[in-house]
Amino acid sequence: MFPIFKYEFLQNAFLTGIMVGLLAPVLGVFIVVRRQALIADALSHITLAGIAANLLLGKWFALFAGANPIYLGMAFSVGGAIFIEQLRKVYKHYEELAIPIIMSAGIGLSVIFISMADGFNADLFSYLFGSIIAVKQSDVWTVFAILIVVLLFVFFMYKELFVLSFDEEQGKLSGIRSNWILIAFMAITALVIAASMKVVGILLVSSLMTLPVAASIRIAKGFKQTIWLSVLFGEIAVILGMFLSYYLDIASGGTIVLCLVLILTLCILYKKFTGSRKVGHV
Amino acid sequence: MVNKKNIPAVLVDDLSFHYGEKNVLEHITMEITQGSFLGLVGPNGSGKSSLIKCILGLLKPQQGGVYLFGEKVQKFNDWEKVGYVSQKANSFNTAFPATAFEVVSMGLFGKVGLFRFLKATDKEKVWEALRSVNMEEFAQKNIGELSGGQQQRIFIARALVSDPELLILDEPTVGVDVESSASFYKMLDSLHREKKMTLVLVTHDVGVMTDYVTDVACLNKQIHFHGNTKEFEESSSENMSAFYGHHVHVLSHDHEHR
Ligand SMILES: Nc1ncnc2c1ncn2[C@@H]1O[C@H](COP(=O)(O)OP(=O)(O)OP(=O)(O)O)[C@@H](O)[C@H]1O
Ligand SMILES: [Mg+2]
Repeated sequence: MFPIFKYEFLQNAFLTGIMVGLLAPVLGVFIVVRRQALIADALSHITLAGIAANLLLGKWFALFAGANPIYLGMAFSVGGAIFIEQLRKVYKHYEELAIPIIMSAGIGLSVIFISMADGFNADLFSYLFGSIIAVKQSDVWTVFAILIVVLLFVFFMYKELFVLSFDEEQGKLSGIRSNWILIAFMAITALVIAASMKVVGILLVSSLMTLPVAASIRIAKGFKQTIWLSVLFGEIAVILGMFLSYYLDIASGGTIVLCLVLILTLCILYKKFTGSRKVGHV
Repeated sequence: MVNKKNIPAVLVDDLSFHYGEKNVLEHITMEITQGSFLGLVGPNGSGKSSLIKCILGLLKPQQGGVYLFGEKVQKFNDWEKVGYVSQKANSFNTAFPATAFEVVSMGLFGKVGLFRFLKATDKEKVWEALRSVNMEEFAQKNIGELSGGQQQRIFIARALVSDPELLILDEPTVGVDVESSASFYKMLDSLHREKKMTLVLVTHDVGVMTDYVTDVACLNKQIHFHGNTKEFEESSSENMSAFYGHHVHVLSHDHEHR
């Protein structure tokens, strides 16, 4: 056994990391094919606002000082997700505008809360860039609960999510209640983003959702294979990244994302040398 | 008791639709009887696709209503009875990572229902639909790797896979070569004759279409003509030239267009 598993905090980090390495890419597949890769960024910034709010409230009320900031982060994130779905209807022909609106609101709020709470501390740093030593036992259980919810949702709603991602009209013709499913999907994505941030950090959480998918789309045949490969790449990057983070003493978000970039590069090169594929033509 | 066969497949009742200020459909009333094969024609922008989407409940008309097999479209549940190939089927996200097989199987999702999965018999149906459009050998290719015409055939297979009673096709042969288009019309003909399927075909090939359809409807905001093919051909010399501006086959010009 590797010596690093002697420490309980590292076990926590690895368990959380492995769960997140599965969750983020699975949802990422649906996000990427719906061309909403930036949603993850918007939601992670609104999550940061929730965490910063908890920091600030912790100064004022004892109740919040003891609470795990991940919960308020999740609340903000889910609220932001629902708001994005609503904004999308307001800006029918500029759906993508909803994303920068929420993103800037998230950053703005975060800056205000952080300043009011007298600025940066080490805790906040670990949320921004990920830290394997900051993962607590309660985080493991929270992420585990989210894992169960997400896996059940994706397993039972696979058909619906697939058809809605491909074309919403066909979805409606299959009698699928698209509004309900899309809002539930966004809420779940928000939960996963909040859950991932301890390990990869808020600034890099979207990479864990999109880079494995970007890599697997290059080489996968079909939708199911795209999902499996994305999960495989996500897990490799998380596990390898956490080892590197520990031994090199670097924030885990950085090492994980670099592993993802490496995998992505390999996939692109592999595709280049094993034959071309027509993409984007009609 | 009501005889089910007497219920029209589609009943459009005084339907009007507008996008914002722009009137697209005005007081459309029409009935599509079960077992008929309707050709829907009209110049660009005349509202054909909008009418189809109203019929399918994808657009909500501001006035009037639509009944599918006697049921108000908002309450209609038997979506596996209806197949649809949209006009924009060939402008979807071509980089979508799904195989042709996966795309066709989507057509069964209405039938399979919430929380359930495709069974072996469903998979056999997908193969059958792929065979019927001659795309069996491309089943495991990603949809983005197929040519435009091949993609179109996959979408037709998706519409056919649930064995619908009503099949609605919005300009399905655009981008399909002449030979494939001829065999496509033969396929529609056999679906209509042998399976007694009700077909609605939006098209600009007025000449080819009249060899196959039983009824024709001419649309330009309003229904200008709706009758059987024989009546259409008899009247077409005077009606159609007024309708389209001049010659039947030249569709770029039209009297109501601003
Ligand atoms: N999403 C939309 N928003 C606003 N106006 C629209 C929209 N879609 C269509 N229209 C307008 O509605 C009218 C009817 O369009 P529709 O697509 O139904 O015509 P069509 O008969 O199918 O034409 P074509 O032969 O080119 O397919 C057109 O004048 C068009 O400009
Ligand atoms: Mg049209």
